Amino acid sequence: MRRRVVVTGIGILAPGGIGAKDFWNLLVNGKTATRRISFFDPAPFRSQVAAQADFDPETHGLGPQEIRRMDRAAQFAVVTTREALVDSGLELTVRDPYRTGVTIGSAVGATMGLDAEYRVVSDNGRLELVNHEYAVPHLYDYFVPSSFAVEVAWSVGAEGPATVVSTGCTSGLDAVGYACDLIREGTADVMIAGATDAPISPITVACFDAIKATTPRNDDPEHASRPFDRTRNGFVLGEGSAMFVLEELDSAKRRNAHIYAEIAGFATRCNAFHMTGLRPDGREMAEAIRIAMSEARVSAEDIDYVNAHGSGTKQNDRHETAAFKRSLGADAYRTPVSSIKSMIGHSLGAIGSIEIAASVLAIENNVVPPTANLHNPDPECDLDYVPLTAREWRTDTVLTVGSGFGGFQSAMVLARAETSVA
Amino acid sequence: MAPNGLGVENYWTATRNGKSGIGRITRFDPTGYPARLAGEVRGFVAEKHLPSRLIPQTDRMTRFALVAADWALADAGVRPSHLAEFGMGVVTASSSGGFEFGQGELQNLWSKGSQYVSAYQSFAWFYAVNTGQISIRHAMRGPSGVLVSDQAGGLDAVAQARRQIRRGSKLIVAGGVDASICPWGWVAQLASRRLSTSDDPDRAYLPFDPLACGHVPGEGGALLIVEDDDAARRRGVRTSYGEIAGYGSTFDPKPGNGRDPGLRQAIQLALHNAGLVPGEIDVVFADAAAVPALDRIEAAAITAVFGPYGVPVTAPKTMVGRLCSGGASLDLAAALLSIRDGLIPPTTNVSLAPEYDIDLVIAQPRVGALHTALVAARGYGGFNSAMVVRAAE
Repeated sequence: MRRRVVVTGIGILAPGGIGAKDFWNLLVNGKTATRRISFFDPAPFRSQVAAQADFDPETHGLGPQEIRRMDRAAQFAVVTTREALVDSGLELTVRDPYRTGVTIGSAVGATMGLDAEYRVVSDNGRLELVNHEYAVPHLYDYFVPSSFAVEVAWSVGAEGPATVVSTGCTSGLDAVGYACDLIREGTADVMIAGATDAPISPITVACFDAIKATTPRNDDPEHASRPFDRTRNGFVLGEGSAMFVLEELDSAKRRNAHIYAEIAGFATRCNAFHMTGLRPDGREMAEAIRIAMSEARVSAEDIDYVNAHGSGTKQNDRHETAAFKRSLGADAYRTPVSSIKSMIGHSLGAIGSIEIAASVLAIENNVVPPTANLHNPDPECDLDYVPLTAREWRTDTVLTVGSGFGGFQSAMVLARAETSVA
Repeated sequence: MAPNGLGVENYWTATRNGKSGIGRITRFDPTGYPARLAGEVRGFVAEKHLPSRLIPQTDRMTRFALVAADWALADAGVRPSHLAEFGMGVVTASSSGGFEFGQGELQNLWSKGSQYVSAYQSFAWFYAVNTGQISIRHAMRGPSGVLVSDQAGGLDAVAQARRQIRRGSKLIVAGGVDASICPWGWVAQLASRRLSTSDDPDRAYLPFDPLACGHVPGEGGALLIVEDDDAARRRGVRTSYGEIAGYGSTFDPKPGNGRDPGLRQAIQLALHNAGLVPGEIDVVFADAAAVPALDRIEAAAITAVFGPYGVPVTAPKTMVGRLCSGGASLDLAAALLSIRDGLIPPTTNVSLAPEYDIDLVIAQPRVGALHTALVAARGYGGFNSAMVVRAAE
């Protein structure tokens, strides 16, 4: 009998919506949280917009020592973990701590902390032999981002397997998939899993400028993220975190947990083509989708909603549309598809988990979130992308996908627990 | 890819003979820093092994990883183009990504301006880069991954390879390769407060010694070709280095909550997963932190599981330093080579402190048939992983 994995708790911290309730409100109202960058002066940069979270760590219960030692991304993860744990009603102290593990996805780790620290020890890049005497005591925690898993494990008292999964922009999906495997194989009964990234710092903005991946639509920040639109011209950098309590199904039922959804299938493949480029045919993403669906024992007609990667670059949205057609056939035209990056930007390693949260909430509420800013259809992207307005829609089974630098292509199928056949 | 030898046979010959690769840092002037020794990889000329177009877009650690992957595939007699593309994957561990590349780009940004940041920065430094570049070079389209658990990652990556093979992949390139011996990386490593400040390469990194005073960092690591047994036989493989028999992983309790450190449990989980009792393990490759409090914990865990002096213990990493995510996969390679050759390499330069009841192999290698080995690895912050490997049938 295969062990099955369900989501029993959710914590979310996103631009425009901190906490699952506010996040969902933002999505169903089709509002966008993309604005002119305010964390630093964006004038020297090509792309000057971002989706920033309005986050004050003290308000969210972090103490002064936690604030001092933790990079922003780690702070996010601890806050969303707490929300997820409370939401789940799970009392971890009465369980065997070795059977609870932690998996956190992050693409760029403590990049804000590293950027800021580098400026100090190098005196704004003046010194190649940077000065160790100016380094913060916790610099090693920024140097190796497994420190994120340390903080979360400490905060919940987990002593089972702990790790950070760092596969670029699919980290948020891959971390949850990895955690699922640990429960299925019997290593853990509970996994605290999800992702975080806080990349809105000069070095990250500069590196995406250098390859023109981010949008230069600086005169209209609120409408700058335009997945699947003919006028799309790059993604909007975002930040955030989503964390989940994942449990083995029978154990969740025994304690009468509220079960949001089952993680019915997951697969990842690589396009092995180029570190940042995508071929337009989408075949490796299609393969990941096929395997995930096969594991979930669903066919194309069973998918009620596709939560897209939809980053809003010319190449991604074309690649992804092709992947949906390859894998879902004619059903690709009958299934609503939307990209929430249109509203909350692209938070790199975090977004995969945030999109899992949106998918789970779509199942919970039978509503699919829209693709904001979609006014000008692109003939190459001719599916139903739920433009502008959320839609009430019977949603039992959701496919969510991700694609990232390095060629990673991941897909996950989430299913309403009562109706899942996985 | 080790500080005391490039390639399997050079590394193993040096290791059997107790030859160290630790010395005063040459990649930058370490005079002003409190720690000045490292295990640097010597004599590696990337241009000899890689096409010129890959050089500007890769950090040193990715060049190491690409070449190590090439060598591993050659050693395994694999031509990736002859195997099904979706059946091959890559799982690497990382600690700090392409940190030196990143230092250069940060310097460009802050000393000159944002328009001086390289187009390669978007992918040359992030943690997934080694997996991405290896998968591209060999057209491996199967399930791939990247794990970060500091020094424990090298075992976690190989465990994940085993997991993927059990799910249907046929071949995974697995392990870890790291390089961060640049001033910015050095200052970050200093912040761990675990670095030895000795200037004597033979007296700096002394695990389980009464004079243990921290470790020496190094660069490099190892990549292994992990295959499904049947698939390997079908493509004509007749001998292998061994089998991944068991694995276990835990995370230490939050400091102050009174529970025991998790290394012992990780070792026991690995044994249980391998279906073995402690008496069946022929050698333990220790994590060997060389910080007295951590040595104490490790010695206690080994003694609790195997009994006082119950199993030979060694740490050939005294010859190369602690290689971040590369360390544990290099130890796995050493364990497999020990089994192959019936020889346990020594823990060089160390005298065993009387408080530790472990049978530490020091002074010279110990010769004798070996069938199974256990490798232990701990990551900063509390990660504990253990893996059992055993001789091929």
